[in-house]
Amino acid sequence: MLNIEIDGKPLEVEHGSTIIDAADAAGIAIPRFCYHKKLSVAANCRMCLVQVEKFNKPLPACATPVADGMKIYTRSKAAVEAQQSVMEFLLINHPLDCPICDQGGECDLQDIAVAYGASGSRYTEEKRVVFNKNIGPLVSTDMTRCIQCTRCVRFLKEVGGMQELGMVGRGEHAEITAYVDQSVNSELSGNIIDLCPVGALTSKPFRYSARSWELTRRSSIAPHDGLGSHIEVHVKDHKVMRVLPREKESINECWLSDRDRFSYEGLNSPDRLKVPMIKHNGQWQETDWKTALEFAAGQLKDITKQYGGDALGVLVSPNSTMEEGYLIKQLSEGLGCGNVDYRLRQTDFRLDGKRTGTPWMGCNIQEIEELDRILLIGSNIRNEHPLLAQRIRKAVANGAELCIVSPLDNDPLMDVAHKVIVRPNDMVNVLGQILKAMSGLQKLSLCLPPTLNTLLEEIKVRPNTQKIAECLAGISEELILIAPKVGIFLGNMALSDPRFTEMYSMAEAIGGITGAKGGILPPAANSTGMHLMGVMPSATGMHARAMIEVPRKAYLLLNIEPELDCQHAALATDAMAKAECVIALTAYKSAALENADILLPIAPFTETSGTFMSMEGRVQSFQAVTRPLGECRPAWKVLRVLANTLGLNGFDYNSSEEVKNKIFHGEKPSALVWRSLNNNLKELVEIQINIKKEGLQRIGEVPQYESDPIVRRSPPLQKTKYNIRPMARMHADQLTELGLQDGDLVVAYQDKGSALLKVRLDNHVAKGCVRVAAAHPLTAGLGDLMGDITIEKASTEHAALYEKQLTEMA
Amino acid sequence: MAEQTTKMATRKSSSAKKAARPVVMTDLTGQTLVTLRTLNEKNPASLATYEKLGGYAQLKRLVTEKIKAPEIINQVKVSNLRGRGGAGFPTGLKWSFMPRYYDGTKYLVCNTDEGEPGTFKDRDIIRYNPHQLIEGMAIAAYTLGARVGYNYIHGEIWQDYEIFEAALAEAREAGYLGENLFGSNFSFDLYAVHGYGAYICGEETALIESIEGKKGQPRFKPPFPASYGVFGKPTNVNNTESYASIPWIMQHGGQAFADLGVPNSGGSKLFSVSGHVEKPGNYEIRMGTPFKELLEMAGGIWKGRQLKAVIPGGPSTAVMPARAIENATMDYDGLSKAGSSLGAGSMIVMDDTTCMVKTLKRLSYFFYEESCGQCTPCREGTGWVYRIIERIVDGKGKMEDLDLLTDLSNNISGRTICALGDAAATPVLSFIKHFRPEFEYYIQHGKSMVDGK
Repeated sequence: MLNIEIDGKPLEVEHGSTIIDAADAAGIAIPRFCYHKKLSVAANCRMCLVQVEKFNKPLPACATPVADGMKIYTRSKAAVEAQQSVMEFLLINHPLDCPICDQGGECDLQDIAVAYGASGSRYTEEKRVVFNKNIGPLVSTDMTRCIQCTRCVRFLKEVGGMQELGMVGRGEHAEITAYVDQSVNSELSGNIIDLCPVGALTSKPFRYSARSWELTRRSSIAPHDGLGSHIEVHVKDHKVMRVLPREKESINECWLSDRDRFSYEGLNSPDRLKVPMIKHNGQWQETDWKTALEFAAGQLKDITKQYGGDALGVLVSPNSTMEEGYLIKQLSEGLGCGNVDYRLRQTDFRLDGKRTGTPWMGCNIQEIEELDRILLIGSNIRNEHPLLAQRIRKAVANGAELCIVSPLDNDPLMDVAHKVIVRPNDMVNVLGQILKAMSGLQKLSLCLPPTLNTLLEEIKVRPNTQKIAECLAGISEELILIAPKVGIFLGNMALSDPRFTEMYSMAEAIGGITGAKGGILPPAANSTGMHLMGVMPSATGMHARAMIEVPRKAYLLLNIEPELDCQHAALATDAMAKAECVIALTAYKSAALENADILLPIAPFTETSGTFMSMEGRVQSFQAVTRPLGECRPAWKVLRVLANTLGLNGFDYNSSEEVKNKIFHGEKPSALVWRSLNNNLKELVEIQINIKKEGLQRIGEVPQYESDPIVRRSPPLQKTKYNIRPMARMHADQLTELGLQDGDLVVAYQDKGSALLKVRLDNHVAKGCVRVAAAHPLTAGLGDLMGDITIEKASTEHAALYEKQLTEMA
Repeated sequence: MAEQTTKMATRKSSSAKKAARPVVMTDLTGQTLVTLRTLNEKNPASLATYEKLGGYAQLKRLVTEKIKAPEIINQVKVSNLRGRGGAGFPTGLKWSFMPRYYDGTKYLVCNTDEGEPGTFKDRDIIRYNPHQLIEGMAIAAYTLGARVGYNYIHGEIWQDYEIFEAALAEAREAGYLGENLFGSNFSFDLYAVHGYGAYICGEETALIESIEGKKGQPRFKPPFPASYGVFGKPTNVNNTESYASIPWIMQHGGQAFADLGVPNSGGSKLFSVSGHVEKPGNYEIRMGTPFKELLEMAGGIWKGRQLKAVIPGGPSTAVMPARAIENATMDYDGLSKAGSSLGAGSMIVMDDTTCMVKTLKRLSYFFYEESCGQCTPCREGTGWVYRIIERIVDGKGKMEDLDLLTDLSNNISGRTICALGDAAATPVLSFIKHFRPEFEYYIQHGKSMVDGK
């Protein structure tokens, strides 16, 4: 520790900290623009100049390390003069028109100018004008306002992983710009809006819609991925105007993914269902809650009475709250129905009943930064969990080595030490190779079950998998670690794969040998919570896949659009069409719910209270930030009244808080979580190492801006370059083999369904695979996300049909 | 060379013209001096010429006799050699900052990016005596343990760059560069890097960024290049003339070099004399030579006019009115006492027909255009200053502009990342200080006191 003095205040600070760190910790305000605690130090704005004893020039507080005995003056004559002169320089070319600037009222430059600027300007020469850049649908630019602090440049390079903005030109001609004719495509791009200390980068969707002081700021939890990012929802006149990150170092730090930031635009979608609706003779009719609930209850009662509880299928969105999950589970039990499931995009349920607890990510989000070796299995991490990718990027920047086993070779925007890009079918074998190689590298004799040992015997370890095994064991070209901290994670593609059990078992075995942390990366906001609540089939019940495979007489849907949210779109559509009655609790009225019979309007996360449990087991409750739209009601209330109408007991909850208390039995949530989270398997499941199957395999990835009903309706996110309509993407070799070319029209067949798709050359796809995005109307006729697929060249009639489809979609 | 010049027509510089080059390599005593030793030879830039004059003998001696680094550094310290790029930092002391033991590659960088108006001395070193620079760098590399070196050459001089590349090829061929030199375990690879003509790349950390392939922008110091230089590795950066002085120092000893000059300013120095003199060019003279002698060597003020002012070390040094410089000596202390500084020795002489207001406009335009734009005071301030002076020259000046200019220059100076801010402020402050009545006249009458236009 060093002893220093700032403005006469003696302080003890850590060795290596800068003056600004010390001042911030002591609550001494030093103005700054370019400095940001999460970015590299640029020292270019010069606003933080302070006087330091024994130095004849003022020094930038952000870039000056403290030394023992240093005496710093932040408000002395010399310091203030320096700060004022910098302020004057910053303002000469900056437009002084705060009243028409979108940043007005929340602008660092404006605030600091009040404190350090003069009341008038001495500048009478011509001002600089900089042309605006179009950097995409999310961030609006007003480049004349830019003060060249380069926070945006550094963010995209250091945090985003790719330098998509840069400063070109010299001196006064210097300006921030993207690559020629390119937009900023980072999935974290919205953060540059927060970082920009002036009105140069503002939110395009929010621009000119409200003033910061008109907004009520309410805390909430982001509902689109498993991180549970903390957000601040800004509301005006009961309407969500924008979403900003709320700082939480251990989860989202001070960042937010674009999905979490801009999805709110979907809340104000014209698709929102405002009143209950019942289908009479094929026609939708608006109705009141009482009629709707009584009708729904009557239907449920009739069908379960007539065919038994088993005739009902209950499909629950993993983005729904724990309270909603609990109540729907109770309600199903009350109807004698064991067919409840939240795992809509899963197809392999062989591990059911074999788990010792609730699967989770196996470590805390923050711990990822400290890992030395990371193995990602079947995950396009930037697409699935953008901020988790950012943590891994940090780990890699700190020297961690990242290994990837995946059917997709998408650039994670960080160095990848080793990767194996193969068909999902072959991933199991690759993992087996790693396991076998690992066992050879261990000093101890391997204690694998004899069955597994026998399986491994047939496997031949290839050089690249040997490398991964060595890497995980700590051997590296750079530095050999004796006991590296290893993390092994399974992503969405692994979770949706029919060989998930094999992948999971292998990962667990590799993890056991390496002493790795890790587990699955649950895709949705409350996947872990739903598992903990047991929103899963009873011992005799059907899982999500079985429920659509063997159509039920009736379905109760919570917060889902079956053909877009289910593993097998064609089966889901078919099952809904065949059912006598489909009751959907939904925030949206959509084409995907055309086969429903009763629509009950429920409140999305901003209009209801509830609890999510994140992938790291964090139980986080939130309140409604605005009142429900129209006749919408919180789903927990709807479920409670529906249960009451059904005459079921034990549903007399007056608040979601009461439901939560019931869930946790009044205990601290963390206590239950601590007891419940466990990735271990009770017993080994019979697995198969070699899956020899000819033919093509589909990689049905869910694009990040199609992941749930809210995101699907956010216009700005839909306008980003990530939102391109599904195509049949294949490796060049694959195209040659099939005699196809980029741009050809093909028919993709899965089971009985098909889809018309354009071919796209994509060398990021493993050979033997076709990447066809899911959760899109164009692919709603297809089957399993990771299932077998056949591709045929389309006829001329198909071409006309395809054009028609596109027009309809537009 | 001629074909190459046409090939590179788009990048041709003044050096491509067949300009008269009245370079004088001796002082009035006629003694042969240090950095342009080969000048009077037939093929001054060739290896044979340099070897004939004893070239590379010092490198060979130091390497084969395994002379220890501290001994070499000590000689450089004794020589009183101070950085010839303008800052005048003692070279020996700078060398002692390089970490002796370092697990990795250390780098050596030569700054031949002279871009300030009136500076053209380093160009003549690589044009006429490139091997002395190469030998100097190799000795420095041997002393400092650098494995790789770069000579960063200003973007606007192409022919000279080619001459240097040719010299490098010769030196490699002759075994003065490369692996295991003279059968020792000392290896040194030297490369030339051609810049793109940005003045800012003459700032050592911007130069390093540029070598790394990035936009030339100064880095914040500390850390200094000695601990974090090229590719983040320890790097020693010196000026061309500094390195080129080393072989002479090694040959004759540090004391002999120091004795060429005066206390605190060792050796000889190249002065680029330009402006209103009869014989502009580079003059290598002993440190401490009276100004008058240098002016006499340059043929005196042209056209029989009177001396008005001198910028002694390049525009980043303060202008001196005739009375202030007339009795000054050309060395660090002498010019400092007289109210300016030696800088890079780029002496711009102005006769009595020179309008100081218009001169300042041109100089501030240079700094305005060459500011890198990274930090606020320089980016914004240089443009503001230039615009005010431009307005004065346009006849729209206001009396309060002079105080504003002074104030703004003081606000730029000392508050920027690198010294370009200080450099931009110095001419403004010194011109107004010494020639204020001329500025006031211009503002009052809307025209120049000197030429009436």
